[in-house]
Amino acid sequence: MAAVGGEEVKLLGAWPSPFVMRPRIALNLKGVGYEFLEEVFGVKSELLLKSNPVYKKIPVLIHAGKPICESMIIVQYIDEVWAAKGSAILPADPYDRALHRFWAVYIDDKWFPSLSGISRAQTEEAKAEAVEQVFAGLKLLEEAFEKCSKGKGFFGGDTIGYLDIALGCYLGWLKVTEKMTGIKFLDEEKTPLLVGWGERFCADDAVKGVMPETNKLMEFFKVLQAKFKAASAK
Amino acid sequence: MENTLAGIKLFGSWASSYTHRVQLVLKLKGLDFEYVEEELTNKSPSLLLYNPVYKKVPVLLHLDRPIVESVIILQYIDETWTDRPIMPADPYERALARFWCYFADDKLGPAVGAVFGSAGEDQKAAVAQVHENLKLVETELREGAFKGRRFFGGDAIGILDIVLGCGSYWLAVFDEVMEVKLVDPEAFPLFHAWLREFEEQEEVKEIIPAIDRLLEYARGIRQMMLGLKDASTTPATTAATTTTTTDNSSVVVESAGSV
Repeated sequence: MAAVGGEEVKLLGAWPSPFVMRPRIALNLKGVGYEFLEEVFGVKSELLLKSNPVYKKIPVLIHAGKPICESMIIVQYIDEVWAAKGSAILPADPYDRALHRFWAVYIDDKWFPSLSGISRAQTEEAKAEAVEQVFAGLKLLEEAFEKCSKGKGFFGGDTIGYLDIALGCYLGWLKVTEKMTGIKFLDEEKTPLLVGWGERFCADDAVKGVMPETNKLMEFFKVLQAKFKAASAK
Repeated sequence: MENTLAGIKLFGSWASSYTHRVQLVLKLKGLDFEYVEEELTNKSPSLLLYNPVYKKVPVLLHLDRPIVESVIILQYIDETWTDRPIMPADPYERALARFWCYFADDKLGPAVGAVFGSAGEDQKAAVAQVHENLKLVETELREGAFKGRRFFGGDAIGILDIVLGCGSYWLAVFDEVMEVKLVDPEAFPLFHAWLREFEEQEEVKEIIPAIDRLLEYARGIRQMMLGLKDASTTPATTAATTTTTTDNSSVVVESAGSV
């Protein structure tokens, strides 16, 4: 698929991965076509190992033959290369940019690990602590939303921005965790702004086609859990 | 002059490589700022107010608004005061710089910290990990993205030099304090050469503390940690002991570049 100057855009990824969703949303926001190369679960392709020798992880964007790694770095790259197309992903103001970057780091560093920690918890205590951390994080993100959105529909304002992408990609997994635990994490009473935002995000054209269905994710998650249990039983 | 009205305040710690990163870029850009030294074992109310999520240094205060996380601060400074840029102009170069900055704090820094926080066989494994990470950087210098460059940023130091450089001085300190060999000039000739060039820069010399101070600091904490290790009974409790008993060990690990 050709893009700016006719250079090919390829994306190495896998449909369940929230990290892979991020560059896909960014490319959609910019109206840039790309070839999606789906990695087979459990097997890393030659191309992946060659393109990301340091981490050997998806997503990897390959633009005009050059690889770019790390999902949010790819998102910034897309924003800068195709700055003239679609809507801006990072805000213009340096302070707003710092806020978006900070919360994106927090989400990956602290918040999502506590979310995925719920299913990995070995004791009820550990599980309860992880649950509490997820709620505490959502409270912080609700405040961040109020600050960043400035009354508009997204962290990025009128359109989906960097922080929307950073957090929104986890909504599928959040829903899976809600189903598995019976706990309502995105609660109207606790974080009303995030609830509204979540619905708007998932309904957006740039997101709709790449956000996996919760049921499909559930199935995939059960397969993962079975593999994890089998591996730890050995 | 715009610089004297910049209204910048920096909360930092003298031995924190993350703080040095910010001090270095402010110096490169010729920006005046007020500096507040934080005692990491006794953090000020201001620090906790401005960085409630991580409670760490450095914190930059500009126009009364806090910015935290050193690489985010660096980019904020670069985007606000655009003279003498530290980020490359080309989007692919920018992605590369960001990637290796991420690698520095995600992999290399913690690996170096692990060397400091361990002994015996564990330390050998930690040293091997550092070497693996340095090898990746060396490869990029030799035949990859940064081939033939004086600095990662090209002819002048850029964001990646600042991020990797402020922290790499711990390598020589640890080599001496613990008799390990982290940066072998034979195994990593280009990295070694780059580090020497970096440390020769005037601005860098003015920012990085004297090696004697760093040695004394590292020795003190290392001794204390080893003392704690002797007091514990099993290897499993050692890791817990060093991180929970005193803030100092986490201070050095933080200073040395652990996340």
